[in-house]
Amino acid sequence: MTEVTQPALTIDALGKKCPIPIIMLADQINHVPLNAVVAVLADDPAAFTDVPAWCRLKSHKHVGSYELAGGGWAIHVRRNY
Amino acid sequence: MGLVAYFDAASTEPLHPQAREALLAAIDVGWADPARLYGQARRAHLLLEQARTEVAEALGARPDEVSFTSSGTQAVHLGVLGTLHGRRRAGRRLVTGAVEHSSVLHAAGLHERAGGEVETVGVDLSGRVDAAAFAAAVARPDTALACLQTANHEVGTLQPVPEVAEACREHGVPLLVDAAQTAGRLPVPPGWSVLAASAHKWGGPAGVGVLAVRKGTRFHSYLPEDERERRRVPGFENVPAVVAAAAALRAMTAEAVRERSRLSALVDRIRQTVPEVVPDVEVIGDPVERAPHIVTFSCLYVDGEVLLTELDKAGFAVSSGSSCTASTLRPSHVLEAMGVLTHGNVRVSLPRGASAAEVDRFLAVLPDVVRRIRQDAGVA
Repeated sequence: MTEVTQPALTIDALGKKCPIPIIMLADQINHVPLNAVVAVLADDPAAFTDVPAWCRLKSHKHVGSYELAGGGWAIHVRRNY
Repeated sequence: MGLVAYFDAASTEPLHPQAREALLAAIDVGWADPARLYGQARRAHLLLEQARTEVAEALGARPDEVSFTSSGTQAVHLGVLGTLHGRRRAGRRLVTGAVEHSSVLHAAGLHERAGGEVETVGVDLSGRVDAAAFAAAVARPDTALACLQTANHEVGTLQPVPEVAEACREHGVPLLVDAAQTAGRLPVPPGWSVLAASAHKWGGPAGVGVLAVRKGTRFHSYLPEDERERRRVPGFENVPAVVAAAAALRAMTAEAVRERSRLSALVDRIRQTVPEVVPDVEVIGDPVERAPHIVTFSCLYVDGEVLLTELDKAGFAVSSGSSCTASTLRPSHVLEAMGVLTHGNVRVSLPRGASAAEVDRFLAVLPDVVRRIRQDAGVA
């Protein structure tokens, strides 16, 4: 596995349905410095598609999605601006 | 309840007035068993065969290639599994697009669980399968069948059926074309070996599907033997409903050229206006190469179920691919495969006769509905 940048912030959206994980991400992405990574922990299947789609629409970078042992994913987003 | 604008034609088109008329007449005269030899039976038989001829002509098939099923879903199930069964000596590989109707994907799932192989060809951001990738998949040995829709039912994007049909022809692989969303609205593209469609999507009654099998295509029903419908579909035909379906298809086809350009212009208006009046919205699907009557968009930070409920209160019947609106609690496989936003999703599909005034009222109401939902969710 390639090196994963340590997230500067982890948003725990486990158990939350879309669009709540996206709302939390949009609300908090500016809490990290430019080029830092935010990890969204989510287990709603919609988040797996919607976080990368949000990145595309908002011109942030979807770094990758990593499965969590207990179900769901850590979805990493790099703040671009 | 006041004025309601019905914008869910992709789920079902309201019964065409000519279909209603035909249905009522045929209930009285077409009830007998068309397989028998007395007067009433011959009358039912004649009605059934007239309807078959009309439907065949409208879809570009020969009458003896057309069988009536009990639904579009049944037509797909029988078409997929019957062709795979007929071609079992050629191979056990099935190639399909990632955004096909669930009836195709579920038939493919059954084939896979029975030991068959399924290759799913992905789509781009507009929802279109990659024709080159599809052709390459069809070229692999042991391919028994390929399946492709004419247009996607959720986002309207047209699929490259002519290119894929050419590749299938080259490799001797039959192509099942699911024309459910375009039959009666657009000409059926040539090159199919098996064709599936659904009457209630073109203004016919529910309970009638069409399964057409091109002469020369190996087909063998996987169900117990039955004499009806060229041995392709079991059970007593619903003659009055089939007659009504044919009447609706004839009427829709006659109006299609004028009506599709009118509806397409309304869809263009929605595609253009929604991003101007609603912030943070993504209009989905191909803007040009699309079914004339379907447009889909997703609103960021909006719960799809709440949006549908609010639009219903405001007098609009629309549908959504968002997970909260599905019994499975999963977002639509179409939106997932495209990689587009799945929440806050709205599909508008315009029935015959949808008016510019209704569309304008929708565009006037939508911004405030979305703004209020976002406000309630704490989104600035």
